[in-house]
Amino acid sequence: MLQINNLHASINGKEILSGVNLKVQPGEVHAIMGPNGSGKSTLAQVLAGRESYEVTEGEVLYEGKNLLEMDPEERAREGVFLAFQYPVEIPGVSNTYFLKAALNSVRKHRGLEDLDAVEFLKLVKQRMKIVDMDESLLNRPVNEGFSGGEKKRNEIFHMAVLEPKLAILDETDSGLDIDALRIVADGVNQLRRKDNAVIVVTHYQRLLNYIVPDFVHVLVDGRIVKSGTKDLALQLEEKGYDWIKDATDSTLATA
Amino acid sequence: MTKHGTDQAHWYQTNFELFEKNLNGEASSRVHAMRKEALVRFAQTGFPTTKHEEWRFTNVAPIAKVSFQPSFEAGVVGLSREDVVRLSFGTAHQLVFVNGHFVEHLSSVGTLPRGAIVGSLASALKGNDELAHGFIGKYASIQENPFTALNMAFVQDGAFLYIPQGTVLEEAISLLFISTGTAPLYVAPRNLIIVGDRAEVTIAESYFSLATSGTLTNVVTEIVAGEGAIIEHDKLQNECAEAYHVASLHVHQKGKSNFISNSIAVGGALVRNNVSSVLDGEYAECTLNGLSVANGTQLIDNHTVIDHAKPNCPSHELYKSVLDDASRGVFNGKIFVRRDAQKTDAKQTNKTLLLSDDATMDTKPQLEIFADDVKCTHGATVGQLDAEQMFYLRSRGIDETLAADILTFAFAGDVVRRVHVDGLREQLETLVHAKLGKGRER
Repeated sequence: MLQINNLHASINGKEILSGVNLKVQPGEVHAIMGPNGSGKSTLAQVLAGRESYEVTEGEVLYEGKNLLEMDPEERAREGVFLAFQYPVEIPGVSNTYFLKAALNSVRKHRGLEDLDAVEFLKLVKQRMKIVDMDESLLNRPVNEGFSGGEKKRNEIFHMAVLEPKLAILDETDSGLDIDALRIVADGVNQLRRKDNAVIVVTHYQRLLNYIVPDFVHVLVDGRIVKSGTKDLALQLEEKGYDWIKDATDSTLATA
Repeated sequence: MTKHGTDQAHWYQTNFELFEKNLNGEASSRVHAMRKEALVRFAQTGFPTTKHEEWRFTNVAPIAKVSFQPSFEAGVVGLSREDVVRLSFGTAHQLVFVNGHFVEHLSSVGTLPRGAIVGSLASALKGNDELAHGFIGKYASIQENPFTALNMAFVQDGAFLYIPQGTVLEEAISLLFISTGTAPLYVAPRNLIIVGDRAEVTIAESYFSLATSGTLTNVVTEIVAGEGAIIEHDKLQNECAEAYHVASLHVHQKGKSNFISNSIAVGGALVRNNVSSVLDGEYAECTLNGLSVANGTQLIDNHTVIDHAKPNCPSHELYKSVLDDASRGVFNGKIFVRRDAQKTDAKQTNKTLLLSDDATMDTKPQLEIFADDVKCTHGATVGQLDAEQMFYLRSRGIDETLAADILTFAFAGDVVRRVHVDGLREQLETLVHAKLGKGRER
């Protein structure tokens, strides 16, 4: 589904990603972990098409197509979804209006008719239940005045409505208390299908207790330095990132 | 004085003599003395130039160059009831003015509460209405603004509204001004609105043109707000791309009155809106909102004055502009806080969204504070569409054009939403959408 080969990306001339390789198959959950500043969020943003990052080398194939050539909206229509670490407030645009515009853009791309107001509302109300979201948030401006937890739930709610094939969750656990974390994780699990995949970007292991990954990758200084199963996450929780950094440094030193 | 100023004053003098001949005996009234005084004043000043502080950013030379023909009659030729309906938002009380003159058969006064007057200024003046004669020119000074002097010089018609004390008008009063014709006309309506103590009313002034040449509309509206009166004044300016439009709204507020102005300008080549309110009684409240949507080479200039003359008055101001192509915007917000006006709470905000590198905005807050226990804040921002917001929308599948439209309309809609009359708000939404959409098509 997704194949990242030797991806290099920089911002303002400073290289953040220095040769990332990753392969994601349908049905899989991959966790990308790493210390602060390792490039986790950059990877998520580059995959979603953020223009402030410059890809200097490498390629990203999504369902066999060159993802990096697509505009952000085209990626979304093809089924890529980024749940933002910091969801953006859009004053003056209601959550429903925004979602309807987004959903109909995606549907149009898939050759489907626009949903009418009644069908849309039915779908939305059903999907809100997945993240136990308050209905009052529907008519409020997107994310404006939402609490940190409400913003993160809203991201997963958008995901539930848009039904992406590849969801990238960027630090979706940050700022959530344990109950909200469970609800959000449970929502993501309900949306899992055989033919879709999830990339979970996180600093901490705790989210992975709820969204259980098939693979865990550790990103350090813009490169994946270690990959393993969910046990790797537990090891990181126990020993911290220094252990891996040291191991990498010594590997590099001996190499 | 510039050569143009002299020529123009002469031009209007000649027309004034023609105008006097048409007045049929009314030439001896007190109002006519005011007209003559105003003409003398205009002859002294001529049109303002950019050397005048109040006109620094707005060059009216294009107006001074044209020999506009003062409009002495309605000229309803070719104007149908359907035209009127198409431009209306639907309310029980509507006065229609064509080229500044009241047209009874296109208007519907509707059923009014006892004592209320919804009619034309011409008939109020002719009928020797004491209020009309007593209040005209009382708050709109011919000394400060040459356009106000020019308006007064040719005062003839417009709306005269009187809402007696304690009277609540459920439906809005619509004043629909339409200009027609193929020659450049000078149209100068004069509106006088007197609202008694504790009376409540919403008034909408709308300006459209079916004209095929650049009309100069020079309107003056005076509003007197009695003690505890509640007034919403909505103004829509949607004239054609060649039109010149200068409007001055003068409000005088007594204690505990609440005045709200929503001024939306979409059309015209050169538009200047002056809105000023004097808070002349304790606990009077004033809210001034404005929206300009411009493209091409349009210039839309908003000048506001809030004069806090008495203590304990709050005022709120929000003016927004959306400027595309090589259009220009001006905002000048003056706030006076007089020595007596302790506990004044004034807040002014001006925000501009630039959709093109060639569009420019001049914004200037002007606070003159003579009291010491007051709260006055002001802020101005000029910027482009927010990159974070654009990416957020696009990353959910919304294309760049639609994302920009959504954000632009959200920015503008913030002002449109403040209009409380449902039908008018919907009309405004449609017009603003259409205007923003037109920018996109090119």
